[in-house]
Amino acid sequence: MLSKKQLFTRGMFDISPHMLSVIPFGIICGAIGVELGFHPYLVYAMSFIIFGGASQIVFLQLLSGGASSLVAVASVGIINSRHLLYGAVLSEYLEKLSFIKKLLISYVVVDQGFAESNKFFKKNRSEEFLHYHLIGTGCTMWVCWQIATLSGIVLGSFVPDELGLKFAIPLTFIAIVVRDLKKLDHVIVMITCGLSSLLFFDAPFKSYIIISPIIALFVAALLLRLKK
Amino acid sequence: MTLTSIIFAGILTYLTRMTMIALISRDMLGDKIKAVLEYVPSAVFPAIIFPGIFINDFGIFIEMNDPKIFGALVAVIVGYFSKNIIATISAGLVSYWFLIFVVFN
Repeated sequence: MLSKKQLFTRGMFDISPHMLSVIPFGIICGAIGVELGFHPYLVYAMSFIIFGGASQIVFLQLLSGGASSLVAVASVGIINSRHLLYGAVLSEYLEKLSFIKKLLISYVVVDQGFAESNKFFKKNRSEEFLHYHLIGTGCTMWVCWQIATLSGIVLGSFVPDELGLKFAIPLTFIAIVVRDLKKLDHVIVMITCGLSSLLFFDAPFKSYIIISPIIALFVAALLLRLKK
Repeated sequence: MTLTSIIFAGILTYLTRMTMIALISRDMLGDKIKAVLEYVPSAVFPAIIFPGIFINDFGIFIEMNDPKIFGALVAVIVGYFSKNIIATISAGLVSYWFLIFVVFN
């Protein structure tokens, strides 16, 4: 049985490689916000209040492009609605927690943290303080995101544009899903999602980001039925 | 004004994180749904990966000889065999840079 501290540290350790892409991306996000002409305090407030990677950039781009705030807010909600799926998966492991603890831990659920903690949870179901792993991944992500966006805001985009570091984001997620490439059913689900996301890319409010997972999960349900 | 929108966007985002964790109990999800949820990572992340590779900053499809496709392929191969996140990201970036700075320059 691992202690709370050991689980927390393990979570930090498991998510840290992703900082290779998260930190440059955070710097870019902060810098873009200021370049678009928003007050630095507002740009930073987003990292604290929304704490949601790409959705922050989309929000500012929409506003500066003349979209209404309703459209900008709705887009953030739709882009981030994928967290509903993460929550549904995690709820199984977090159900013993008190309501207040569930409310607090929810704030730090992010893509990479979900991916790494979920992987750890599956292998270590019997651990009593499992949620400390999720706190570890989430807090590491939170601290790095705050520092990265702040440095982008203060220092501007000191990461040269030519490096194309936004490309590190798809790469970080490739590193996550590549583990399941040897399972044919997972490959089919991935390809369904990927192709749907390209097909629906122009759907309003960036809704491709939730439409394609839903289509892919339907395909997963069909595959499960075929397997029986 | 913008701050109000940010706060609303933040509340909405928090609700997406909190709803399923705090308001859904395990018994509400049947075994079938749980089996489907096993696929969540594979069903969600490609929606971030594919547009990140195949669609550029202006929302336009890239050419089939774009360095990003090559970089992504290298990342998949290195990731598959190394099972290492840092190796996967670096391999993708380095091969991408090699093409844009050395080959296409």
